[in-house]
Amino acid sequence: MNMTSCSIAGVMLRNPVIMASGTFGYGREYAAYYPLSELGGIATKGLTLHPRSGNPGVRVWETSSGMMNSVGLENPGVDAFISRELDWMLEQDTAVLVNLGGGTLEEYIEGAMRIDTACRERYRADGKLPVLLELNISCPNVKEGGMAFGIETEQARQVIRAVRAVTQLPLVVKLSPNARDIVEMACMCEAEGADAISLINTVLAMKIDILSRRSIFHQPYAGLSGPAIKPIALRMVHQTAKAVSIPVIGMGGITSAEDAIEFVMAGATAIQVGTWNFVNPRAGAELAAGIADWMQREGVASLDEIRGIV
Amino acid sequence: MASVWSNIKVSSDCYILTVEGKYGGRMGQFYMVRGWRRDPLLPRPLSIYDLNEQGISFLYRVVGAGTERLAELKRGDHIELNGPLGNGFPEVDGHVALVGGGLGIAPLYLAARQLPRSTAYLGFSREAFAVEPFRVVCEEVVVKTGGSILDDIDLSGFDAVFACGPKAMLQALTDRAEESGTTLYVSVESRMACGVGACLVCSCPTIHGNRRVCVEGPVFAGGEVLWDEHDEL
Repeated sequence: MNMTSCSIAGVMLRNPVIMASGTFGYGREYAAYYPLSELGGIATKGLTLHPRSGNPGVRVWETSSGMMNSVGLENPGVDAFISRELDWMLEQDTAVLVNLGGGTLEEYIEGAMRIDTACRERYRADGKLPVLLELNISCPNVKEGGMAFGIETEQARQVIRAVRAVTQLPLVVKLSPNARDIVEMACMCEAEGADAISLINTVLAMKIDILSRRSIFHQPYAGLSGPAIKPIALRMVHQTAKAVSIPVIGMGGITSAEDAIEFVMAGATAIQVGTWNFVNPRAGAELAAGIADWMQREGVASLDEIRGIV
Repeated sequence: MASVWSNIKVSSDCYILTVEGKYGGRMGQFYMVRGWRRDPLLPRPLSIYDLNEQGISFLYRVVGAGTERLAELKRGDHIELNGPLGNGFPEVDGHVALVGGGLGIAPLYLAARQLPRSTAYLGFSREAFAVEPFRVVCEEVVVKTGGSILDDIDLSGFDAVFACGPKAMLQALTDRAEESGTTLYVSVESRMACGVGACLVCSCPTIHGNRRVCVEGPVFAGGEVLWDEHDEL
């Protein structure tokens, strides 16, 4: 136990800093910059049951204080993740959020079952494993799926109920800011047995090339992230944290310890850092240290003292 | 934090930026470069132009917000460098043709310095720049402004070709290299976000499936890249 530790669904995190899905691979690339044990956790690159090669064309475009991406869930598939990455990640002494997306309900269920089985085979002597399943119902970059489930509460309910039925892993549902009613969505997640929610995923956005008179991206829209979306993210974390009693993992444009503290004050139990990893490959470790420094400076002994204080 | 030694204009829109300090890297590798605090958000991938005990240089063209900021840097200004990144050109024996189109000459100068035998073919659409340093280290330097530099090359006389430039040039060169049976390595350009292999925005379609330009590249064997599917270059 230290001053920055926190717990999500029974999984103890060393600190509240989790690397956001899609911005950190499976951690290997950043292990060259600092020990990953300095992090609270790592959310894997978004996985799907079957491998995906992602979207063609331009995949990144900068905006004022942000960037849009249209990667389209390029990933090697759940089985390849289990055989090539999971054990390595578990050796890093940090929590692992296995991020799972899908195009159909069946893909979500089968993907969750395979991850669940792989984790069962790896339970430690004390019956514990620092793994959470982060269900991605909010990727904007996949034509047929992902976010389709993240807009309407009742469609999301189907996915969460089905996945909840097939796994005992702590279940985190990652919400889209594009949901029709984010508070209703959060309350539904809690009612369906989710152990936590994480938000926000990227904001649906667009860029037009006026010379070719077409969208810059192959898919018409892309996902906006970075400091540009922080105020929106903070508001949504505040709204949902007030409405549910399960932990909220807040993210969206966090670039500093002060930003992270804002999210905690809005009600977040932990935070995720995404785009800022691209700006500063040491961002995770620096943020974790920065939060501890801030607490010391301000005489805050535990994040519980300030969580949801606003 | 490093500091800028010089930032010299070499054409109407190209500069050579030199940063003081001892940096590592092989020919064809790159650095993520950031010479500003908040805006633009992302660092910029720049291939190593030159490298010695005193510093590292990058040849870049002003094309957008990031390179505009780079062009404003003066001696003593702070700059952040993350690298060396990527695979770089392989060590090869014999006589190597270095084929650069426009700013594509950037990664070839370090290759010219490190290879025992090279001939440079440098093509430009409007104005030639940064060609003199090649004359010091290459056996021969062919410079062409306007038209295709490929018209001036007979690949059969070379043991290998290193190339960087516009997609159309690299694609044509790939066909030519296949015909003549010459080993070709191309350095491809891509937008990047992380530069270290995590974000997958620089995925390049190849015959082996998608490959990250920032890790498995930027240098690929010419025949590996599925040019028609890579519509970003």
